[in-house]
Amino acid sequence: MTGALDWTALTVFALLFGLVTILGFVAARWRQGDLSDLHEWGLGGRRFGTIVTWFLLGGDLYTAYTFVAVPALMFGAGAIGFFAVPYTILVYPVLFAVFPRLWSVSHRHGYVTSADFVRGRFGNHALALAVAVTGIVATMPYIALQLVGIEVVIAGLGIHGELPLIIAFVILAAYTYTSGLRAPAMIAVVKDLLIYITIITAVIYIPLQLGGFAKIFAAVPAAKLTIAAGNATNWGGQSAYVTLALGSALALFLYPHAVTGVLSSSSRHVIRRNAVVLPAYSLALGLIALLGYMALAAGVKDMPAYADGFKEFGANYAVPALFLAMFPNWFVGLAFAAIAIGALVPAAIMSIACANLFTRNIWKEYINPKVSGAGESQIAKIASLVVKVGALFFIIFMPQQYAINLQLLGGIWIIQTLPAVLIGLYTRWLNPWALLIGWAAGIGTGTAMAYAVGFKAIYALHLFGITIPCYAALATLIFNIAVSVILSAVFNLAGRGADATQAADYL
Amino acid sequence: MTGHRGGRWRLVHLLLAVPFIAMIWIGSYDQTEPAIAGIPFFYWYQLLWVPLGALFLLPVFRAEERDRSGRE
Repeated sequence: MTGALDWTALTVFALLFGLVTILGFVAARWRQGDLSDLHEWGLGGRRFGTIVTWFLLGGDLYTAYTFVAVPALMFGAGAIGFFAVPYTILVYPVLFAVFPRLWSVSHRHGYVTSADFVRGRFGNHALALAVAVTGIVATMPYIALQLVGIEVVIAGLGIHGELPLIIAFVILAAYTYTSGLRAPAMIAVVKDLLIYITIITAVIYIPLQLGGFAKIFAAVPAAKLTIAAGNATNWGGQSAYVTLALGSALALFLYPHAVTGVLSSSSRHVIRRNAVVLPAYSLALGLIALLGYMALAAGVKDMPAYADGFKEFGANYAVPALFLAMFPNWFVGLAFAAIAIGALVPAAIMSIACANLFTRNIWKEYINPKVSGAGESQIAKIASLVVKVGALFFIIFMPQQYAINLQLLGGIWIIQTLPAVLIGLYTRWLNPWALLIGWAAGIGTGTAMAYAVGFKAIYALHLFGITIPCYAALATLIFNIAVSVILSAVFNLAGRGADATQAADYL
Repeated sequence: MTGHRGGRWRLVHLLLAVPFIAMIWIGSYDQTEPAIAGIPFFYWYQLLWVPLGALFLLPVFRAEERDRSGRE
């Protein structure tokens, strides 16, 4: 891709991109509702059934960045990157058991965000604000990283400069503004079809070209094929692998964009049904992860044609380079469109989720409590624009590494809302002020841990003479829960705030 | 979590813990042999747990659906 434009690939790419743009605007009229209402704009009227929710959550959780970064991690670091598979296996029992409760209580009380729920459950402004701000701050770098996904494939097509990225984002911003959550829901269907076509083709066609899976795995250094086993005094990579999977699984549905996906479904049964059928995406993700090894086996790293791409994007260029090396031009266009469109869906949902949080839990709570339904929707639309422009500026003017570091921190931060949101769905024994201090303690220690190891996810804990490499999010969550429980025992002696919800609301 | 409106805790809910035990017990799968079709054990075993995980959800799902239809 030394500056040469690939016209065939570019044409296919542009046609598919054009198609989803039209869909994005048409979506406003789909299952028509009054889009000047926040429930309609920001949650699609809570009317999405099992199939739409499947596409929406699939498009929302398995993002373009995942599709680029997971194989990139396999390409660079080996087996540790495969943690994405146990991670997405463990997500679904959590979704199944816990989140129908959030749906029910939110439906009963008109909650749009998890901070709405915390506000009602614990009757505490400060805790709700902490949950809302954590959600917004953790999501913004995630949106920025979706742009990296688009940037990488656009560079793969031979186009340079920021203009195509800006155009893609203006289009995204325009149809999110007009159609709300209906736009990504509709586009997600196209995105998923393209992703599945790409993946199924890739895992059949590429191994055939490379001489089978045995040859592909033979290209991986033996030490990277499995996780380093631990011993009595150092648990090694195994504890890192397991805590990464567990911590990520617990964090996922605390992200605002995941909550938005859950709350937009038409009933709690839709959520449960989806917990059973969504793992189809995990299978796709596992196969996508293996693309990293295929890129190793294909030797794209040493091909002069891709040297510029690797120089600019590092291991994130592994998958685009693999596709360019292996696929005919027209299919490269389709595969790249799948990744780029795969970035638009979560970026749209994330910006809507941030907008919902800002509108409900900051604007309405602190700035204009008397805001009307139409006013709420208008504020949310503007907030979604601001969030996206912010992400765009971030990715254009800051080093890409900042977004990656912040997204890593975001995972550590968002998991600190677990005691208030997830445990709060079952009990309100935990005192809101204790939860707030636990949250602050978790955020503080988690950030310090990540900083101490130069923004890596894994921190080596030293406990009782044993070294335990551990995902910082999980370690600090345990600390957070311990603080919350101990302080609750003390604070509860002084009494608690009011609970707007009743036991029956959760069923 | 009692009450007549469903959402009851039952023994079948313990099945939700099975995927957690399987995945956290990394010593059981952190090895390359036996490979299938050239894919080392570590990889195909975890991929196998994707459908298995869904399979363990199914009886819980059924039990809750039965509760629901008995109610309505």
